[in-house]
Amino acid sequence: MLGKIFFLLCLSSAWAEDLCSKAVPPEAYYVRLSIKTALGDKAYVWNDNEMFLFQATLAFAMRSQFSGQEYNVSNIVVCDETPRVSFWFVVTSLEDPSRLVSRGDVEQAVRKSRNRINSAFLLTDQTLEFIGITPTLAAPVAPNTPPWLIVFGVVMGAVFAGILVLLVLPLIQKKRKKNQPMEDEDSDEETQVKTAENGPERSGVYNMSFSDDDKFTQM
Amino acid sequence: TVFPQPQDAEHSQDNGLKEITARPEWDNKVQYLLTCIGFAVGLGNVWRFPYLCQVYGGGAFLIPYVIALVFEGLPLLHMELAIGQRLRMGSVGVWSSISPYLGGLGVASMAVSFLVGLFYNMILAWILWYFFHSFQSPLPWSACPLNLNHTCYVSECEKSTPVNYFWYRNTLNITPNIETSGSLQWWLVLCLASAWCIVYICFIRGIETIGKAIYVTVTFPYLVLTIFLVRSLTLSGATDGLIYLFTPNWETLKNPTVWLDAATQIFFSLSLAFGGLIAFSSYNAQKNNCERDALIVGCVNSFTSIYASIPIFAILGFKANENYDDCRNWNILRLTNAFNIGDENITLENYNDWLNYLNTTDPSEVQSLELKTCDLQTFLDQSATGTGLAFILFTEAVIKMPGSQVWAVLFFVMLFSLGLSSMFGNLEGVLTPLLDLHMVPSWMPKEIFTGLICLTSFTVALIFTLGSGNYWLEIFNSYVGSMPLLIIAFFEIISVVYIYGINRFNDDIEWMTGRRPNIYWQVTWRFISPLMLLVVFVAYVIVEAETQPTYNAWNPDYVNFPLADVQYYPGWVFAICVLLSVLPVVSIPLVALYKFTGFVKNYIMNRHNQNPYADEL
Repeated sequence: MLGKIFFLLCLSSAWAEDLCSKAVPPEAYYVRLSIKTALGDKAYVWNDNEMFLFQATLAFAMRSQFSGQEYNVSNIVVCDETPRVSFWFVVTSLEDPSRLVSRGDVEQAVRKSRNRINSAFLLTDQTLEFIGITPTLAAPVAPNTPPWLIVFGVVMGAVFAGILVLLVLPLIQKKRKKNQPMEDEDSDEETQVKTAENGPERSGVYNMSFSDDDKFTQM
Repeated sequence: TVFPQPQDAEHSQDNGLKEITARPEWDNKVQYLLTCIGFAVGLGNVWRFPYLCQVYGGGAFLIPYVIALVFEGLPLLHMELAIGQRLRMGSVGVWSSISPYLGGLGVASMAVSFLVGLFYNMILAWILWYFFHSFQSPLPWSACPLNLNHTCYVSECEKSTPVNYFWYRNTLNITPNIETSGSLQWWLVLCLASAWCIVYICFIRGIETIGKAIYVTVTFPYLVLTIFLVRSLTLSGATDGLIYLFTPNWETLKNPTVWLDAATQIFFSLSLAFGGLIAFSSYNAQKNNCERDALIVGCVNSFTSIYASIPIFAILGFKANENYDDCRNWNILRLTNAFNIGDENITLENYNDWLNYLNTTDPSEVQSLELKTCDLQTFLDQSATGTGLAFILFTEAVIKMPGSQVWAVLFFVMLFSLGLSSMFGNLEGVLTPLLDLHMVPSWMPKEIFTGLICLTSFTVALIFTLGSGNYWLEIFNSYVGSMPLLIIAFFEIISVVYIYGINRFNDDIEWMTGRRPNIYWQVTWRFISPLMLLVVFVAYVIVEAETQPTYNAWNPDYVNFPLADVQYYPGWVFAICVLLSVLPVVSIPLVALYKFTGFVKNYIMNRHNQNPYADEL
């Protein structure tokens, strides 16, 4: 039993090395990482351990897409690693290590677990690129009431309130003034001339020449 | 000499009655000066002057500008303020009192003020729209919207830029040409209504309410400009913009259009010939030093233009630098990905070294990448005037500044204040003559009348909320706000100097200010300013008549989109353009003719009715 497994492992690694030396198969996907751009000072160094993590996360992605099929790290074959940190990979099928999983299936798996793959490496859709798998564009947050209508409402409310105040205030002031002179008139009646007023109130010139004040001239 | 009796709008010989109101007055001198400054300082100071400076060789442009100010701007300004203060009436009353045949001049001013007020408030509505949208994070003009399937960005936005898309599609919803009118855009109607409401609340009782509002609307822009000045000078790339702006290119002075543009800029910048300045000074006390006022307003206006161009160009320099860096970073990314070089190994500093190295090792590959040529100068040359500067260039710059919302809000409130204080002048140019002519029924309170003016203007201005509204606004801007004003100003100065009489005018000013105007004013009023106006007008007509007028249309289906689709105006539109230029000024000869026929009729009737027993005296 152990021997068989050992034999299969050797075979698969031999297959892997074989794959890398051949031309890029059509089922392959290019991957490009921009770790320094994403993390700046906190960037980690890309080494074999990180590559192992990549293979593991992809195996995880394949497993969660196709439930029941237990993909392993050995099924993810990575080739052509460059200093850019870019490489291409293929996924070998479970039953037959010489067959490759189709592009469509791999794409589905990656899309489903894209977020998890990104977070495993502390990267984003733009810094961990799968060439050919376009990132799903973030749907814009559309609030129920557009915010501009809210600001518009506030401004217009203030303006209308102001207009009302400016229109109503003088009317109130006029009413108050009308009440006040009515009281003054009664108290000052003795000193004022009782002119016969025919027309509307206060339409004529107030003539002081015959005022009572001058009846008794000072000697 | 007998001074003509100034007729106050509502003369009050009776002092005892409280109901009859005297002519409204400014609360204090500061209010009056601030209002005049606010009228003169407007959007043009912020978005036209810096553009002219840039296009006409930076610091060198200041020379024709100052010459135009000294020989054309200040004399006309002084004349308008003096004549309004002396005769204490709006534009129609003033010119009618000088000579009944000149009443048309006032009517022309009133018509131009009304027409300009229509489209100017539409610009304020656009500013309000942007202001309302500045309270979001991220700013709506920073990213393209997605198409219906959410698979990719809207194609119109992809081909141009998000900022352009937001302006032309989200704001204007512009049609591909002026013949297609489209429908009323409800959001623009709302914004226009709010702009008119805000104008109404300030204008509701004429200068009583305007005088209070201008304390805020005139001082606030200076505060914001200073804040922007300080902020922009700390941005990277600001110095590039400033150097570009102020480096004088003396060669441009040989080009006559520079002088023409300087003269027209000064003229329109000071808001002359609208009748608004005459209206404002008519509310002054008669014994007021109008000479000093004119000098203050003129100089503050020019100073503001120069002061505003500093932060504008610092920010444009910053934006150009950002674009230049983006361009080079794009190239770097292309190279890094194609040659699988380590991430961030190529930086902006060693880019050239790397490029040379890669060119020597693998030139064909480098060629196939189609790298962009990044030149800082081309980005700095991307200039715009008017709405292009405010709503496209500046909004793009604001996105790249940290704390974008704050800067956007400040900027749009500043623009709104600048425009609002100019709107007051436009509306006063309409209101004061109507009040002076007693065209207001006595039962109607002033508040209702100003409301009616605002309502009428709003209704007519709905044209600008159509899909083709922007094209119509350009037409109004070019044809109403230009030639008629030059004609009116020319007739104004001729009337004052030669019909009213320069000696009489000098006596009036001596009576008002205590000093006779000196030789500078005499020479400019009599000869230099009218001559300059005539030359500018003729040159303007020649330049305009040379080419058949075209306009830039935004057409997503155009072959070279996003470049502007240059179209000719169709015949009927061009007829409207001519009509707009001619209609305001046609009242000048019409009124003169009308009065003349009345005079002739009277003369003939008197000759017929010569009756020895009729007392003719």
